[in-house]
Amino acid sequence: MMELDGNALAGDLREVFATDMTGAVFTCAGCAHTGVLATLRVWQPAPGLVGRCPHCTDVVLRLVRTPTRVFLTLTGATRLELPLEP
Amino acid sequence: MGIISRGFGGRRREPQPGLPPGQYLTHDFPVLSAGPTPRIPLDKWNFSIVTETGEKHSWNWAEFTALPAEEFTVDIHCVTKWSKFGTTWKGVALDTLFEDVESAADYTMAHSYGGYTTNVPLDDLLDGKAWVVYEFDGEPLHPEHGGPARLIVPHLYFWKSAKWVNGLQMLNDDEPGFWETGGYHMYGDPWREQRYQGD
Repeated sequence: MMELDGNALAGDLREVFATDMTGAVFTCAGCAHTGVLATLRVWQPAPGLVGRCPHCTDVVLRLVRTPTRVFLTLTGATRLELPLEP
Repeated sequence: MGIISRGFGGRRREPQPGLPPGQYLTHDFPVLSAGPTPRIPLDKWNFSIVTETGEKHSWNWAEFTALPAEEFTVDIHCVTKWSKFGTTWKGVALDTLFEDVESAADYTMAHSYGGYTTNVPLDDLLDGKAWVVYEFDGEPLHPEHGGPARLIVPHLYFWKSAKWVNGLQMLNDDEPGFWETGGYHMYGDPWREQRYQGD
């Protein structure tokens, strides 16, 4: 076993984030409810997108766009689960 | 295509006195919320200041509205680029609420019904710079605009003026609140265009 830096995550994270995420299954940090991201209750448009758990209304994710950056805050999700392409 | 389209290209105009950089004037009052509007019965409403040592100062609605109130008119500036001039509010100055509070902490976290939070340095709440208000334009503050009571800190972007505010926690260190965690600026001075982290 050897310790590597974050570049070792490149391939796996590219697989996770370069795909339609609405089918990804989140686990809510507040109530442990699981569901696909498409079931989140989303408040928008501004100052950012706020995705709330449909079960407990806790905030699962926040997405803030600036003219040059995107911030995705996932403190309200303990896990995201995606199916791998067959 | 972006999920949110930012920047209203057609709205650029000559700088106007009182209008911070990048802002445009609006005459309506847009409603921005990060979640459902909480409805708080006045007999359940409470506002508290909790110091860094855990000492709690608390007011119910009757006690709060019996405090000396001020009516004031200020300009407000939302980070989503609208500004509104000459808004008139009535409420209690934070100076009044802090009169009997003993604290050596320099920072506060405002907490709201519904779970919203935002951080504001104590200096930005005192010396006539901030209020907890319960009237807008001579009428009770509508829940969509933060009623029964909201914070007003007009010299900072309006996300710092927490709707449905129910308390201030004194902090020794500055900590990010809801939008600050999500990428917005820790301080939010509209005149320095401190919209996002790193601005």
